[in-house]
Amino acid sequence: MIHLADVVVVAAAEAFRGDGEIFASGMGTIPMLGARLARGTFEPDLLVSDGEAFFVGNELPLGGTDKLIEGWIPFRTVFDTLWGGRRHVMMGASQIDARGNTNIANIGPWSKPKAQLLGVRGGPGNTINHATSFWIPKHTPAVFTAAVDMVSGIGYDRAEALGPWVQAHHDLRRVITNLAVLDFECGERRMRLRSVHPGVSVADVVSATGFELVIPDHVPVSRAASDAELATLAHLDPSGLRLREAPDPQ
Amino acid sequence: MSRDKRISHDAAIAPLENGMTIGIGGWGSRRKPMSLVRALLRSDLTDLTIVAYGGADVGLLAAAGKIRKLVYGFVSLDSIPLEPHFRAARQLGTIAECVEYDEGMLQWALYAGSLRLPFLPTRAGLGSGVVDVNESLRTVRSPYADGEELLAVPAIRLDAAFVHLNRSDRAGNAQFLGPDLYFDDLFLGACEPGHRFVSCERVVATSELLDAGTFHTLRVNRSMVDGVIEAPNGAHFTSCQPDYERDEVFQKEYATAAADAGRWAAFTERFLGGDETAYQAAVADWRPDR
Repeated sequence: MIHLADVVVVAAAEAFRGDGEIFASGMGTIPMLGARLARGTFEPDLLVSDGEAFFVGNELPLGGTDKLIEGWIPFRTVFDTLWGGRRHVMMGASQIDARGNTNIANIGPWSKPKAQLLGVRGGPGNTINHATSFWIPKHTPAVFTAAVDMVSGIGYDRAEALGPWVQAHHDLRRVITNLAVLDFECGERRMRLRSVHPGVSVADVVSATGFELVIPDHVPVSRAASDAELATLAHLDPSGLRLREAPDPQ
Repeated sequence: MSRDKRISHDAAIAPLENGMTIGIGGWGSRRKPMSLVRALLRSDLTDLTIVAYGGADVGLLAAAGKIRKLVYGFVSLDSIPLEPHFRAARQLGTIAECVEYDEGMLQWALYAGSLRLPFLPTRAGLGSGVVDVNESLRTVRSPYADGEELLAVPAIRLDAAFVHLNRSDRAGNAQFLGPDLYFDDLFLGACEPGHRFVSCERVVATSELLDAGTFHTLRVNRSMVDGVIEAPNGAHFTSCQPDYERDEVFQKEYATAAADAGRWAAFTERFLGGDETAYQAAVADWRPDR
């Protein structure tokens, strides 16, 4: 049986393919596992952190304490690293639109929100400085919306309105959900369906999305984990925390 | 012999005035100067401007109606992502003025303040909702060949700063022993001399500072500090590594109570009715039932 959690962790790892010797930073279980899986398999130069303040050089399981510390990354150094461009973050989004504008700050008007969430946090700085990907565990039309209520991460339309430096460095890489993998790899830089997870149809994704997606003629199925990747995942996540963040569909 | 700057919590708070701008160090639910925040809660001070990478410090002060203006990069309890009192205050509109920054913008604002510069330039925030909702922010154009337009983050100057560190000597040479200083040195640096306060787990002799950590841990020197408050367990219930981890069970108690008016009244009476000694005793008394 193919577990959704393994498919999305592999998709998360694939987002970091080709990144080389930069900080692969994951917010949450699936992104963190994705970064560690990529580093443990096809992208060995990546730096990954313990989620606190250290780069770890060993294959550290989630929650593991037996750390080979290879560097110190307090928050100040995180900002230096991200403003310096040596980072690719995978984070969450409560709303995202067709051009990749994202919102983790609040639902409803900012001046008096219906639901206050985290605030913009590092979203503005992340998206303007380096590659950013997103992990969204529930793909719904409310999340994939025509317009976000507060732009915590800037999309392609906003980046295009800024200068050439920003256009050269703004880079929304992947959007990974419980249904599909999406990207912006088309001429007009709109959200494109890259692959659907096993058992999911293109129509399922379309009906769960509140705007028009770019859909290629052929949409592949997201790849399953290889045996070697499953073995690495068994080491990195022995208690199966990934299944809680990405449970198999009912 | 350096001056002995040790004072009590209440003596630190006493000279503060309504309407002041107070910076609070730490990050989310990590190494927050909670005993000083509790002292603020006991005071009559009001109409404050609070600047923080916020956690329960912001939540408690908001719930007590102390905040007129809030400058923040986020407010979160880390293991509990959303701070219930902060959420309620935002959703009810009880904080008159909010300034929401990207996390790095807030660092820049404090750094500019600490360097006595009017602003520092950055790209972080450009094109984002931060500028959509804040009409006072301005950009600045690079005077060099690139001509790039950058966001000019205005400096923040503080009237008072509170940080909690692991150790300090009597003069205010203070030490962090955990994994991250956060931006505590910038909060102290951005503050006018007079009300720059370091609370610490333990006051030690200057000669003992290097017993616990290398010289790299001495990032706060006495020129940055006006008062030292010895406050064992003073960051409770936030983390203060390596002295203690976050009290997750108590934090959950706090967050659960904060989401319900009746339970919040009981929580306040049980834990926040007295001084710091009473708080620590109430927590110790509560613990055996867990």
